[in-house]
Amino acid sequence: MLDKRMSVDAIVDQLADGMTIAIGGWATRRKPMALIRAIARSSLKDLTIVSYGGPDVGMLAASGKIARLIFAFVSLDHIPIEPHFKAARQAGLPMWEMDEGMLHWGLRASAMHLPFLPTRIGGGTSISDAPELRTIVSPYDDGETLLAMPAIRPDVALLHVHRSDEKGNVLTLSSDPFFDELMARASERTFVTAERIVATEDLGLPGNARYHLVERPLITGVAEAPFGAHPTSAAPDYQLDLRHLRAYAAAADSADAWDAYRRTHIEVDPDAYLAAVGGADAIRALPVAVY
Amino acid sequence: MDFTLAELLVTACAEVWRGDPEWLATGITPIPRLGASLAKRSFNPGLMITDAENMFLEEPAPLGPREGSPTVEGWAPYARTFDNLWGGRRHALVAPVQIDRFGQTNISAIGDHAHPKASLLGARGFPGNSVHHPNSYFIAGHNRRALVEGEVDFVCSAGYNPARWLGGKQPARLELRRIVTNLCVMDFGGPGHAVRLVSLHPGVPIEEVRDNTGFDVLLPEGAIPSTPAPSAEALDIIRRLDPHDIRATILKGDPPGVRAH
Repeated sequence: MLDKRMSVDAIVDQLADGMTIAIGGWATRRKPMALIRAIARSSLKDLTIVSYGGPDVGMLAASGKIARLIFAFVSLDHIPIEPHFKAARQAGLPMWEMDEGMLHWGLRASAMHLPFLPTRIGGGTSISDAPELRTIVSPYDDGETLLAMPAIRPDVALLHVHRSDEKGNVLTLSSDPFFDELMARASERTFVTAERIVATEDLGLPGNARYHLVERPLITGVAEAPFGAHPTSAAPDYQLDLRHLRAYAAAADSADAWDAYRRTHIEVDPDAYLAAVGGADAIRALPVAVY
Repeated sequence: MDFTLAELLVTACAEVWRGDPEWLATGITPIPRLGASLAKRSFNPGLMITDAENMFLEEPAPLGPREGSPTVEGWAPYARTFDNLWGGRRHALVAPVQIDRFGQTNISAIGDHAHPKASLLGARGFPGNSVHHPNSYFIAGHNRRALVEGEVDFVCSAGYNPARWLGGKQPARLELRRIVTNLCVMDFGGPGHAVRLVSLHPGVPIEEVRDNTGFDVLLPEGAIPSTPAPSAEALDIIRRLDPHDIRATILKGDPPGVRAH
């Protein structure tokens, strides 16, 4: 019987200095924040992070974990500029900036074991000046010069899902699956945190088939982490916590403010974290964000 | 009828979608979003519009806190949004921090890209948008820091700059439509897609546009038109789409639509 259950800390033990890590979700939605906090308090260093970035990137940057960032944006949506990311970037954080769709394309190339996928995206912009990028001329009669978006192959993808069974059949119940599936397909190994680990028959399949993210052989390990996306959303289970995101953002104001945030929200176990952010009922009662 | 400059700009933004086919209208930041909503509610009901998250709405949602939501008519997760925009069926009106004479824009960083003076968002979807479907741009503060001399600090969206085109060929679907600012409306109708004035907002002298633009703006032939005032019907729609008057917070001092002399 397959049993891929493990703890959040056991997942972090599977990571190593210098790894390339893809982080699922999008900005303030369904980020594996329990894992991010565990990485932030670990001794890991020199990570290359691939992300549709939100507080995952900001927190890891503020914790000195990122050697290089592969990204198209980092934002807290309602707080457009992520202040921890901003500080790190202005201090010269090495990065490879690209278009949102190029990131998609690089992951897709890796998922298909292709060296690259051709695209027009990036043409005509500073994005195509990146030393990582080369062009290719169409071998057909059109002869168009295209960018050859190279495969992005992370060592590990870290995702947060709503439900999993112990075999790694995972469901993301939110209305947008983002690019988590591609991250899992593109990466050597994928670890997920789940709001709840349930029996396979309780996944609600086949009714929930459209929420089934990816085939289970792609999932190496699964840790139960209730509210593991907080302060980002894991709708419909809970919404993003804008008040907490504001407090997190304000922690970029000074070294003292960040130390205090670290002490109360990162260097703590999950129960203490949950208490510090108001408890389970308060998170379940968060209002739907207005866009 | 009295109207504010913000309401005039919403009306001018809506005009970018006049005559567009049945496709996605994306307006980012409140005034462009209200413009898209106004276009759909008045003269182009076939436009598709989202809830700014991942659903298509039958009718545009008002800005800010609201009771309920318009009827959802379709699904727009990011993967599908990319597929749709790569297919070219969209016209976006977005708000860059810098724009140059080529129509190239920047939302990534100000200053040297490796050590920026000010880190902004990142290029987001601008590169892909610019080479796949028509784009227009909104600048709330028309000045030389926004409409820059030379090139923008980091080119996030492609423009009419042959030096940057892959293989020296214009991207096949590059199409820049309009620039709407707090002073005027411009397009790319000059020779070689040079920036050209379309209309001045009521009471704005051409010198003010020249003094606050880092590049040459060509003039239209004949008299310079005045940007049309919103109709009573348009104002009514705008006020219903923005019940909390968020539009009043976008421009400093919420000035009137017709400048006093």
